[in-house]
Amino acid sequence: MDIVELSRLQFAFTAMVHFLFVPLTLGLSILLAIMETVYVMTGKTIYRQMTKFWGKLFGINFALGVTTGIAMEFQFGTNWSYYSHYVGDIFGAPLAIEALMAFFLESTLVGLFFFGWDRLSKEKHLAVTWFMALATNMSALWILVANGWMQHPVGSELNLATMRMELTSFAEVLLNPVAQVKFVHTVSAGYVTGAVFVLAISSWYLLKGREIAFARRSFAIASAFGLASVLSVIVLGDESGYELGDVQKVKLAAIEAEWQTHPAPAAFTLFGLPNESEQRTDLAIKIPGVMGLIATRSLDTEVMGIRELKQEHRERIVNGQEAYALMQRLRSGEAGEGDQTRFEEVRSDLGYGLLLSAYSDDVANATAAEINQAVEASIPKVWPLFWSFRAMVAAGFSMLLLFALALWHSVRRQPEKSPWLLRFALFSLPLPWIACEAGWFVAEYGRQPWAIGEILPVHLAISSLTAEQVLTTLIAIGVLYTTFVIIEMWLMQHFARKGPSGSGYLEDDTESGYPISTPSREV
Amino acid sequence: MMMDYETLRFVWWVLIGVLLIGFAVTDGFDMGVGTLLKVVGRNDLERRVMINSMAPHWDGNQVWLVTAGGALFAAWPPVYATAFNGFYFALMLTLFALFLRPLAFDYRSKLDNPTWRSRWDWGLTIGSAVPALIFGVAFGNLLQGVPFQFDDYLRLEYQGGLLGLLNPFALLAGLLSLLMFVTHGAAWLQLKTEGELRRRSAAIGSLTALVCAALFVLGGVWLLWGIDGYQVTSVIDTQGYNDTTGKIVAVSAGSWMTNYSRFPLLWLLPILGVLGFVLCALTMKLGRHALAFTSSAVAMAMVVVTTGVTMFPFVMPSTLNPNHSLTMWDATASELTLKIMFVVVCIFVPLILLYTAWSYWVMRGRLNEQFIRDNDKALY
Repeated sequence: MDIVELSRLQFAFTAMVHFLFVPLTLGLSILLAIMETVYVMTGKTIYRQMTKFWGKLFGINFALGVTTGIAMEFQFGTNWSYYSHYVGDIFGAPLAIEALMAFFLESTLVGLFFFGWDRLSKEKHLAVTWFMALATNMSALWILVANGWMQHPVGSELNLATMRMELTSFAEVLLNPVAQVKFVHTVSAGYVTGAVFVLAISSWYLLKGREIAFARRSFAIASAFGLASVLSVIVLGDESGYELGDVQKVKLAAIEAEWQTHPAPAAFTLFGLPNESEQRTDLAIKIPGVMGLIATRSLDTEVMGIRELKQEHRERIVNGQEAYALMQRLRSGEAGEGDQTRFEEVRSDLGYGLLLSAYSDDVANATAAEINQAVEASIPKVWPLFWSFRAMVAAGFSMLLLFALALWHSVRRQPEKSPWLLRFALFSLPLPWIACEAGWFVAEYGRQPWAIGEILPVHLAISSLTAEQVLTTLIAIGVLYTTFVIIEMWLMQHFARKGPSGSGYLEDDTESGYPISTPSREV
Repeated sequence: MMMDYETLRFVWWVLIGVLLIGFAVTDGFDMGVGTLLKVVGRNDLERRVMINSMAPHWDGNQVWLVTAGGALFAAWPPVYATAFNGFYFALMLTLFALFLRPLAFDYRSKLDNPTWRSRWDWGLTIGSAVPALIFGVAFGNLLQGVPFQFDDYLRLEYQGGLLGLLNPFALLAGLLSLLMFVTHGAAWLQLKTEGELRRRSAAIGSLTALVCAALFVLGGVWLLWGIDGYQVTSVIDTQGYNDTTGKIVAVSAGSWMTNYSRFPLLWLLPILGVLGFVLCALTMKLGRHALAFTSSAVAMAMVVVTTGVTMFPFVMPSTLNPNHSLTMWDATASELTLKIMFVVVCIFVPLILLYTAWSYWVMRGRLNEQFIRDNDKALY
């Protein structure tokens, strides 16, 4: 593998491992705040015990979230140095704002959440928990503003003098429709993850006939919160589909294996086997009209197919060659009259010209064969996107069914009388993670070959390193992360099995935090 | 609030310094305590006292580092790109060491098994000492220049690997940064513990503070007489775009003295640094723990400020092509980004200081072994 593929693999691995922990932190922090609110409002200590017990599992997860998060911030610079130079002016800002506005608050309050129980009044501790949850969500907002900009770069312009993208409108970057839709979709997915986690473990206690009072209440809160969240995920997922139809046509066409443009409204392929070499989908089962509705919100707008997209890309690549040649002349100071004006006309296709640099040393005079290569590579492979998208959607709808049934049984106050439901809940434990990882895969693999959509191809974004150097760190990170994840999962199941009574949260409630009576000061 | 590009660039040079100082003063003591864990803590209970003295704060403290990284990315993208790519293996090692910290804090005391706890104690020690050492090594290399240059499209070319970074001067700088964190950690332990732990940390801290003073002086002497400095000899348009590769830079012995000969008052900074370390050692001996903590914080701040002022306006000099050196005038973000980020900092840094101070106030007081025994399950 070359350095580009190794760098991508390293980023994909670190990001996907990081996102094993993020959604649970997002969801559990809100659930903890809800449980503690019930405690403060009703004064029933069982809700405090719930907050503490689920809080302990939250802590085990949170530690690894922090650990894998640091890696994310480092590696833009270490492994994507030209990327950092080229777009740091825009991309760095949301990351820094995230730290200042959200991560600081979250990390300071998490200490008080765990150790401040007996040092703060009930109300103050509740405020700490809510602000911690709020800060966690704010973190997600800024990270998704950054990611949304990679998908759909708005509010910025290439500066030929500094040879990088520079910010022109912060409001546009912040209000980027892709970022906003991604934010709500992603945090809702986090809430679902937290809810499934609590629901599955509570179901296990109920199946075992343990911790009944504790598990029933947890089950009830998780099912109500989960149903609301999963509905939000699905509705906002549909909104994402609409945004894709609007700004990321390639991703949409690949997800749907839409090989060519069909008359509107386009059909949704429920099942099929994408056949890359023949450019068609075998054994396709289609629902007429649905995709057109999702992607365009109309019955008469076409969804562009891959064949037509490639044709469009070919034109833009040819334009991009001219833009590239003009850029060379303008930067070297040999520009003739009218070059600047012409560059303004074709500059939006410069990124497409840069695609050629993977196949040709002389972008401006690339051969027809090289252009063909670039055109073919301008569309990501279809089947991985087709399948991971369907895995995400299938997981989402199973969870909708799960929460609907769980809430129904919970309202009738006897979930433990339906062991089949409890088993369904228990075996659903991996579903939110499958959905989250599949969703991110669609989002990121689906924007290939771009690091920044239509601006900077991935192969140019890398660092000045050798493949061996990247391979070395990739192996080291692989070994370390695997060890950490095994330890984390072992601790999780260890404390989940012990349960609240085994962890000393039920019978001895005094032993649970920094006591108010601190040791006397030394004389 | 109308600021021109030049002022904004200068303000951001100050702000990056502020963030680095914030990191040293807060996360510095965590890393110091972590480094001392096996030295000062002789048994499990003592180590738990040490760990729990920072348990409610380490995570918030660490965000100073994350923020410094983020601010570098946003305010000085070329520096972020060049430094992180150039110091690849050094930063990866730092990263791997940092991985161990959150896990050691949270997982160590979750099980009673002594082997488990001892492994995580090592994890915390490595996670504290290695980054502390490498940050110093990195600054030691910045002062000597780093082998990089750019092509026509500002694509980085970096020559040199990990071993080149481990030169004698850089190791001295690394030792200084490790020992000043150790001193600061010892000062923290004196604030938060009692009895034997407090006595031992005072003994170690007063010694390392003096070594820090000596290393700082030695480093300064070495820098002035043994290491070539950099100087911009062309005119930099401080209001203009980042013409990173367009300036002319001369490398010569004694150039790092330029700022001090132009503004002799600047000598106060390193002098205050040395005095801070000496005062820290003295106050530790006298048991004036609050003063010891303050003077070690001031001394560390002076080390950071002295380094910045010595190199000003350079941030990352290049040995391969001195003209391509990065300075705080020509390696910044655009004016708009600097402006927006400045507004964000003005709003949020005061808030951060406020709630951080509140969290320290809430968790105030000393810890002892009895306290750990009484709260076995709930503590780290």
